[in-house]
Amino acid sequence: MSSFFPDALLLARFQFAFTVAFHIIFPAFSIGVASYLAVLEGLWLLTKRQVYMDLFKYWVKIFAIAFGMGVVSGLVMSYQFGTNWSVFSDKAGPVVGPLMAYEVLSAFFLEAGFLGVMLFGMNKVGPRLHYVATLAVAIGTFFSAFWILAVNSWMQTPQGFSINEVGQFVPESWLAIIFTPSFPYRLVHMLIAAYLTTALVVGAVGAWHLLRDRANAGARTMFSMAMWMLVIVGPIQVLAGDAHGLNTLEHQPVKIMAMEGHYESHADGAPLYLFGLPDQKAGELKYALGIPHLGSLILKHDPNAPMDGLDTVPRELWPPVPVVFWSFRVMVGLGFLMVGLGAWALLSRLRGKLYAQPWLFRASLLMGPAGFIAVVAGWITTEVGRQPYTVYGHLLTADSASPIAAPALAASLIAFVLIYFAVFAAGTFYMLRLMGHPPQTDEPEPSPTVPKRAAGLMPGPAEGPSNLSR
Amino acid sequence: MDLTIVWIGLIGIAILAYVILDGFDLGLAILFPFFRKRQDRDVMMNSVAPVWDGNETWLILGGGALFAAFPLAYAILMPAVYAPVTAMLLGLIFRGVAFEYRWRTERLRVFWEAAFTGGSFVAALAQGITLGAILQGVDIDGREYSGGWWDWLTPFSLLTGISVVVGYSLLGACWLIMKTRGSLQDKAFRLARWYGIGMLLCIFAVSLATVFLEESYYHRWFDFPAILLTSQIPLLTAIAAFALFWALRKRRDYAPFLIALSLFGLTFAGLMVSIFPYMVPNRITIWDAAAPHSSQLFMLVGAAVLLPIIIAYTAYSYWVFRGKVDPDAGYH
Repeated sequence: MSSFFPDALLLARFQFAFTVAFHIIFPAFSIGVASYLAVLEGLWLLTKRQVYMDLFKYWVKIFAIAFGMGVVSGLVMSYQFGTNWSVFSDKAGPVVGPLMAYEVLSAFFLEAGFLGVMLFGMNKVGPRLHYVATLAVAIGTFFSAFWILAVNSWMQTPQGFSINEVGQFVPESWLAIIFTPSFPYRLVHMLIAAYLTTALVVGAVGAWHLLRDRANAGARTMFSMAMWMLVIVGPIQVLAGDAHGLNTLEHQPVKIMAMEGHYESHADGAPLYLFGLPDQKAGELKYALGIPHLGSLILKHDPNAPMDGLDTVPRELWPPVPVVFWSFRVMVGLGFLMVGLGAWALLSRLRGKLYAQPWLFRASLLMGPAGFIAVVAGWITTEVGRQPYTVYGHLLTADSASPIAAPALAASLIAFVLIYFAVFAAGTFYMLRLMGHPPQTDEPEPSPTVPKRAAGLMPGPAEGPSNLSR
Repeated sequence: MDLTIVWIGLIGIAILAYVILDGFDLGLAILFPFFRKRQDRDVMMNSVAPVWDGNETWLILGGGALFAAFPLAYAILMPAVYAPVTAMLLGLIFRGVAFEYRWRTERLRVFWEAAFTGGSFVAALAQGITLGAILQGVDIDGREYSGGWWDWLTPFSLLTGISVVVGYSLLGACWLIMKTRGSLQDKAFRLARWYGIGMLLCIFAVSLATVFLEESYYHRWFDFPAILLTSQIPLLTAIAAFALFWALRKRRDYAPFLIALSLFGLTFAGLMVSIFPYMVPNRITIWDAAAPHSSQLFMLVGAAVLLPIIIAYTAYSYWVFRGKVDPDAGYH
């Protein structure tokens, strides 16, 4: 191997990490927005209040861009397993492959099949069938999360398989494979994260327009809805995250040691380290600032419970502690800020001043991207914390990679980085520009009673795509 | 029942569905440079905007099902075609986002139109090269690919690459004949004639190159009595070719597209004659590569229930957007 190039394995890992971290941003947003759109259209059908349809039309344009970026970045993921992780694909394919096939069959087709109707079809199918399409897209995003998190959870806490003579994982019980111990926790944690992420973005957009015009009805409605979401879902997420952590302690204790910075064992109660500089070489947390016994209290519900540290684990099985330690703190820190923002909004609301607090608006604006950062940080925590394994405890990452030489990997990695930054920066710019326009109240009502135009060769609804999102 | 056969059949259907469905999307984008008018381009893009996403999903299904039902083939072939697959994915990124971005900017509209065409061209070319690279065989060692990372690039794979570009362009032109009218449709008729000739030349060249590529391919096509059966494919292709030019001359709206689809079906059948039951030519059969029975069965339950539903609502979506595209109704 040429000395100009880093290790092929490291390049393959970096490429996967880069493409998946980029990808997760879009589903995290589109899961939430799809549900938000379903709620908006449902409220519109129930109340016939114009503001809900205005908001639907406002957000559906942004959704279309985010969804498009999610589709194309997700397509890359479905082929990366084979191109970069071919040994993993050969060995784990019989278990994770079918789960991913179910994702395509039950989720991707549902989303893609009804997205066209959702975006373009209001005038063609009428409001009720259109609402069915919106619901189908929202349900599709949920199914997608279900299956892909089942795959990931199996890789974290594998069960329900045997290993055959050529080293493949052979499924024995599909129920056990789908419902692994970490799956329910991961699913709930991620879905709530998607809702929080969306609520923060919607809140930030509402706040931005309220800062300029406090009377804008659309901005008020979206800000209010977003803040309700934060108040209710934020604290639930803290509980869900705590439960997920306890589950991880039970099934992947080494990951918890890395998250907590516990290089050393604590025989009579572990501290909760707030900060410190993990030194992987020396195997210690330098400049540690911790609260004695709180770690044991949180994780074992007993301040004096003994907790093992990484000194009980062979060094070659340590995950990279600094990455896990810091990404975990970023996620948790942002999580508490979200709860704080929700509490502030609730207090303002109770005092009747939700729409009269510029500093609340500014804080919401600042917190707009916090969900994305927290989601990526959370995924870094759980994925890097699984190292050095791909299938936890059974298949090492080093034994999973394709026989691809480092220069080929370096070339493709550079191509991915350049193109992703260019393409997704442009998409983000277009989304931000759409968000920069205040929600309008004078948009034409999409209505099934628009007279059908005479249509050339084919009779019937051939008047072309509707003006739904103009 | 041998589920391996069922699964290779399903994957074949998924690949064929992808090729003909995304084929016309990609081909239409490749034809963009022939249409200079802004309004023509709007109509072209709007004619596929509601359905392209579903069309591309068949590619994900093809890859996903290959991963799940034939993990060994997926593990060997993907590294072998690393560069073209990566190029295809990057091309599809540009193509996919162009659908949304093109409407969001005036200044960079031309850039995203170029991305739409360029991305589609690269994706089509890379798909053809991937096909050629697999047909010409790959080196393996044990359960891994052992060839170099330029093995995929040969005159043969370039030929198959160009052929796919030409074939998709024909599909795109025929789609436009079906979905448009007026001067746009006139131009599509002219293009379909040229690309029809091109496609026949490509079919001829690839067929000839394939049978002389490997001795085993030659025997599959020309040994008696197999030839009684295999000769039907070129015969039917010739009939379809005549029908295509007849339909173009008669200016039929739907027939050219349907006949172009049948041409793709026939080339696909020809491909099957050449390689079945191998997944890695002459090295790995579908049974060698097959996932354990429990994996195939579990997926088959889902596919049996969900595929008919998918086909139903995909058909519904096409039905909703049937007929000619109205040039006056942009959506954005």
